[in-house]
Amino acid sequence: MAELLRHAWAIARKDLLLEFRTRTAILSAAVFTALVLVVFNFGRDPTAVPTLTIAPSILWVTFSFAGMVALNRAFQLELENQALDGLLLAPMSRYSLYLGKLAANLVFVAAVETIGLFLFALFFDVPIWRVLEPLVGVIALATVGFIAVGTLFSAMVIRTRFAELMLPVLLLPFLIPPLVWAVQATGALLAARPLSEVTGSLKLLAAYDIVFVALATFLFPATVEQ
Amino acid sequence: MTLAQRGRRVTLVGLALLAGVYVRALVYTPVELHQGPAQKIFYVHVPAAWSAMLAMGLVGLTSILYLLVKDPRYDRFAAASAEVGTAFSLVMLTTGPIWAKPIWGTWWTWDARLTLTLFLFFIFLGYLLLRGAVGEAGLRARYSAVLGICGLVLLPFIHLSVYLFRTLHPQPIVLKPSAPSLPGSMLATLLLSFGVFTVLYLGFVMQRYAIGDGGGGGGDAGSA
Repeated sequence: MAELLRHAWAIARKDLLLEFRTRTAILSAAVFTALVLVVFNFGRDPTAVPTLTIAPSILWVTFSFAGMVALNRAFQLELENQALDGLLLAPMSRYSLYLGKLAANLVFVAAVETIGLFLFALFFDVPIWRVLEPLVGVIALATVGFIAVGTLFSAMVIRTRFAELMLPVLLLPFLIPPLVWAVQATGALLAARPLSEVTGSLKLLAAYDIVFVALATFLFPATVEQ
Repeated sequence: MTLAQRGRRVTLVGLALLAGVYVRALVYTPVELHQGPAQKIFYVHVPAAWSAMLAMGLVGLTSILYLLVKDPRYDRFAAASAEVGTAFSLVMLTTGPIWAKPIWGTWWTWDARLTLTLFLFFIFLGYLLLRGAVGEAGLRARYSAVLGICGLVLLPFIHLSVYLFRTLHPQPIVLKPSAPSLPGSMLATLLLSFGVFTVLYLGFVMQRYAIGDGGGGGGDAGSA
């Protein structure tokens, strides 16, 4: 187990180091997120729809898009110079490879979501500060499940035709349950409803995370076997 | 007799029985008091949903079996089942709104079961698209098995995620704790219809399986 996590950490560290040194992907994803928020601002009539009503939708559609962009990149960089073959030859379990990729993706997406959340609060003047802790909890729980499935699928789509299009087509149905619960929870939090109204959604999000992280970890080796 | 021929026979029997069921449904089964003749679509809609669910269940099951034993026949079966399931989902998704417009006054609503079946359809489509996008047979079989299993696990979650919303959809009338709340003659027609749609599912899958191309236009899904 310790070995598994150590190897996973090595993979995650490698990915994040690569990301940190080039910074192209993270900057592009951040700019993309900002642009989606801007599009939302002009894509609604502020006099007709109160911001607070549409705020959870804006936040989650933006995060979904941002996650998708981040996922496309995860295995794409392993295609160059057949880096994936090198990883597969390394003496470590496939589970480590998956967990490492998952961890790197989560850090990447968390960074983009942090920027997105601040811009969201800024652009739409949404009072996120008084509910910041539970809101971060909701975002974290929803992101883990989504990225777990996404990491699994992104390992598959890189070797298909139309990879960039294939990922959202396969992944969006899997986004629906966490999205439904996250939007409900976010709406309740922003409307200053009591926390007890959110616990149901949080439990469902946690259940989704547990099931799909486990399932994706066990299925991952089937996607990279030679 | 080849499998394709047997499949054709089963399908022909299924189609003949379907005609029989419809004669029974239109002529010998009483008209529902409140919904009138619109209710007759029920004998196509509900069994089509059953066949689509059966197809997804078997896609998931054969996907698990494929990953366990790597027998390409399971992959071939899953591919056949997914295509047939897509067709049945489409029947379900078109007959539903036709009934819903006069009865509910709207073609579509984001009700629990509608959403669930819409996503069943999307998962089938994604599955078939993925098969079409992978050239190598072994890779295609493994990828689609992974997606098939994930899809099967996703459906309960979709159901759960929309279950809490208020629903317009008629409540279960056959599979529920108390006795079926359906007159005997209607129930008999419905059950016959379930049987006929299962026969049709089998016939279609047998024919599709016999053609043997796992999708992607790359010949037999052999080398795993």
